[in-house]
This record gives sequence, C-alpha cells and structure tokens, in this order.
Amino acid sequence: MAFRRFVSHRAAVISCAIIALLTIFVILAPLTARYGVNDSVQGPPNSFLNPRSNAWLGTDDIGRDLYSRLIYGVRVSLLIGLASAVISVTLGALVGAVAGFRGGKFDDIMMRVTDLFLAFPFLVTLLVVRNVLGALPWLRPITGDMSSVRFIIVLFGLFGWMGVARIVRGQVLSLKEREFVEAARAVGASRRYIIARHLLPNSVGPIMVALTFSVVGAIIGESTLAFFGYGPQAGDGATSLGILVGAAKGAVQTGYWWLAVFPCLMLIVIALSINFIGDALRDATDPRLDRGV
Amino acid sequence: MLRYVLRRLAWSIPTLLIVTFLVYLALRIGTDPVASYKRVNPRATRAKVAEYIDVNGLDPNFVQGYFKWLRNFITGEWPRSIKGRREVWPALKDAMANTLRLGTAATVVGIFFGLIAGVFAALRPGGKRDVFINTSAFVGISVPPFISAIMFQLLFAVYWQKWFGESLFPTSGVYPAGHTGFDLFLMLKFMVLPTLVVAIQIIATYSRYMRSSLLDVLNSDYMRTARSKGISERRVLVKHGMRNALIPVVTIAALDVGSIVGGLIITENIFSYPGMGLYFLKSFGEGDFPLLMPWMVVIVASVLFFNLIADISYAWLDPRIRLE
Repeated sequence: MAFRRFVSHRAAVISCAIIALLTIFVILAPLTARYGVNDSVQGPPNSFLNPRSNAWLGTDDIGRDLYSRLIYGVRVSLLIGLASAVISVTLGALVGAVAGFRGGKFDDIMMRVTDLFLAFPFLVTLLVVRNVLGALPWLRPITGDMSSVRFIIVLFGLFGWMGVARIVRGQVLSLKEREFVEAARAVGASRRYIIARHLLPNSVGPIMVALTFSVVGAIIGESTLAFFGYGPQAGDGATSLGILVGAAKGAVQTGYWWLAVFPCLMLIVIALSINFIGDALRDATDPRLDRGV
Repeated sequence: MLRYVLRRLAWSIPTLLIVTFLVYLALRIGTDPVASYKRVNPRATRAKVAEYIDVNGLDPNFVQGYFKWLRNFITGEWPRSIKGRREVWPALKDAMANTLRLGTAATVVGIFFGLIAGVFAALRPGGKRDVFINTSAFVGISVPPFISAIMFQLLFAVYWQKWFGESLFPTSGVYPAGHTGFDLFLMLKFMVLPTLVVAIQIIATYSRYMRSSLLDVLNSDYMRTARSKGISERRVLVKHGMRNALIPVVTIAALDVGSIVGGLIITENIFSYPGMGLYFLKSFGEGDFPLLMPWMVVIVASVLFFNLIADISYAWLDPRIRLE
C-alpha cells in the first residue's frame, strides 16, 4: 500500500532516478570523471576557460576541469550527508523513543533543550558548536582534525539529532497508548523490549522521512559552512560540493558564470530531489491515509 | 490573561540567565578569548592582559567569571573590542538598526505574499494554481539562501551590466562608496536584492503553513454551519476561515524568528550589508569576546521575546487556552 502510494508520486520517482544516477556516477568516479581531481585540463594558459569540448563545464582558477571536480565533490558531499544522517537518526530515534515513552523529567528537559537549539539561528549555533567540539582535546580521537571531512560528519551527526528526536517522540507518544503496546505491557514485556520491538519498528515511516531530511540538512549545512570558510579543507585538491559552491562567491563579480552556476545547480538538484523523496515517503507512510485507500 | 502574561514573563528571566551562561561557556571554550586577545595584540603587556581578563569576566572559574561579566554587562561597563579598542554599543546599535530594517522589510513582504499564495492554493486544492504554488514553495524551501543570493547577483548585477550597460540593482552595502546623508530611494534600491533573498524563504514557508492550516479549517464542521446559516461565502471565509486558520500560523511565525535571523546572517554576508550577521561573522572570526557576548544577549533575548509573543498571541487568539 505504502509502496504504491510512493510510486504514484511522480516527482519522487523522477527524483529517485536522479539520485540513483548521481550515485552511480560518483561511485564510478574514476571512470566517469574525465580528469583527476587535481589535474589541469591542458597546459597553460588554462585558468578560467569557459565551457568547451575538452572541459564541458569550464575550468577553475588553476585550470582544473569543473565537470570532473563536481563528480568528486558530490561524492564527498553525499558521503557527508549519508554518514551524518545515519548518526543523527540513530541518536535522535533513541532519545526520542526513550523521552516519549518514559515521559516525566527526562522528557521535559530533552524537549526544552531541543526547542532552544532549534529556535536559534542555525548558522550561529553551528559555528559555536563547531568551535566547542574542536576545542575539546578528549574528543580529538573521534572527531579528527577540525578541517577534516570526519569532523564535519561528527558535527552534523551530533547536530541533527534534535529534529529527529522530536519527530520520533511525537510518534511514540501516540503509539504507546495503542492496544498492542498495552497488551505487551500486560504480558510483562520490559520497557526496553517494548521500545525495541514495538515502538521503533512502528515508527519506521517517520524515521525514514527524518533520514532523508537529515541528509539534505547535512549536505546544505556543509555547503553553508564551506561558503563562509568554515568547511572541510580536503587535502591534495580533493573537493566537496561546499568547497565548489564556496568558490562561486569569488566568481560572481568577475563574471565566470560557470563556476557559480553549475555547482549551485547541482546543489539545488540534489536538495530538491531528496526533499521530494522525503515528502513522498511522508505521504506514503502516513497511517492516516491508509484507511482511505 | 494578565496573570498568564506575567507568569510567562517571570519565567523568561531565569531562562535568559541560563542560556547566556551556556553561551558564555561555549564561547569561552570555543573561541578562547584570552588567546585571541594576545593574537590580535601581540605586544600587549601582562598588565593589559590581566585587565582584559578582569573586565570581561574571564576568570578560570567559569561560574565566578560569568557573574563578573554579568555585573559589568548590567552596569553598562562594557569592555571595548579587542581590535582597535572600539566601543561596542555604537557598533551593535548600528548593526541592529540595519538588520531590523532589512528583516522587517523581508518579513512584511514575505508574510504578505506567503499568506496570499497560501489562501489561493487552499481555495481549490488539487487545482492547477494549487499545484503551481505548492511546487514553487517546495523549490523555494529547498534552495538555500546563499545559492539564490549568488544567482541574483549574477543575473541582476553582473550580467545585467554586460547586456544592458548598467546593473539593475547594486550588490553590496547600504549606500554607494563615499555617499553621505540619508537617501530613501537609494537605500531601497540597495535593499531590493537582500530583501528578495530572505523574503523568498518566508513566502515559501508561509504559503505552505497557510495552505494546510486553511484546508483544515475549511473542512471543519463550524464552517459548514456558518455556510448553512446563509452568510455569504466571502464573509464565511474572512470571518470564520481566515481568523481560525491564522492561529497556528501566527504561532509559527513568532517561533520562526530564529530561522529568519539565520537567513539574514547569510544574506547580509553575501551582500556586505552592515547588519547583525556581518557583525557576528566578523567578530566570531576574530574571536572578539567583548563584541560577541552583547550580540549573543540580543539574539537570545529576541528569540525568547518572540517565543513569549507566540504564547501570548496564541492565548489571545484561541480563548480556550486562556481559560485554563
């Protein structure tokens, strides 16, 4: 039922195809890219070439092919998005389930904290939390260097759980009053068993939706950070979508439009596609719609 | 009603203290104010550094330090910025005024068009207009503000100049370089692009809120009752529909201030607009604790203030809450 409803959402199906195509492209990066991430297209003069046959999307300031770099960049960005979304959704689902199920003080405090965090300007909180994470020496083995990709993944993993926790909490609050949970409680199932076997599996729909939105959040977040110069400094010319979009800032006034347009378009396409998928998932897994069908 | 407001007001003071303490902690750990002071002023004497630590409340003991900072903050003895020893208040005041202007313009434009779009979409759900508005709103939400800012700059300034000889809108600042005095028309021209960037996000968000909220209301029983009483459709919509549909929207609007400020920070930076966002990014980059803390207090206070407004307006619009 849910699957049929998802498939009937045309934009989401197209989005799935786009994301699948992109994923294949970036996984096969050494084959699909025309040049190495750090190679120049041709001998000098090669900087700021506009799109042409040996550089489909033009070249950047030191003559590297934008098309190839986009592929490598999207590879890193998708990795950041997926990895941090998995962390934040796991954390958020656990916290949300426990808070929703136990209620009481823990629930109150958790929700106060998430409300507060979510009420603040996103970029400010992100920058401050980033600095705090980077300044704690005992976190170094987990987070790695502040300019590494791993740091960004941990940052967004720790940052994104609050939205997820709120969604899962809401779901659990409504589920725990249902008859099957009461039945489980009546036969003496432990709290942990009820959460793990009944509440979380029945929240898979909202959790999946939260996952898609976390992926977009992390990808856009990384781009925002990189745009303002706080993103990952991938070594050896390696790149991310954020780094490419960040370079667009300098390309605008000088009129190198391709350096701005293509990375930005790529970011829009990715964000839009994943959002469409998430939206369709939400419609497809909404139990309220089940009765009507 | 008054008691409700007073109780909420009384709660916001301890919250403000707790949150500013957390901000103080985060900034001390994250930016290491003493180290940044020494970095900016490498030849500062030991006495100067000790004075800096004293006026900013940067004692090794965080709690003691916070209260020292708080005392200085309340009594108005604000320390000067680490770079160039500038006074903090004039800079903060100017930034606030500029941001307030941009934020108000964007919010008014955004909410106005957002609500209209939402109502139009909800009147015929599933129709062409609805699909168009809904899809555009979805695109608007998905495109981060800095992307639309870059695109606008490229189109309306750089390429407009190439094609037509003159750029349509300026891309940075409040006035052209060297301009003095007040000029409303010029100022508005400089505000068009940044306002547009922020307003797009607001329009997209609110058209969706308004649409779903109005749809809920339109399907409710009391709307049917109102119609069956023979009131004109227009009156039913305005008196019964809109008023009730606005309740959740108003609440969300007041809670949403944080994200609007977030969009403003990003937009201001791209358009070099001298507001709170540029102020924050500059002083954060330099680790300028004396500049940062008052900025944080302003932001925390306004977030809490608008939360309060949300609760009060909710209670005012929906009498059921007041009675409890």
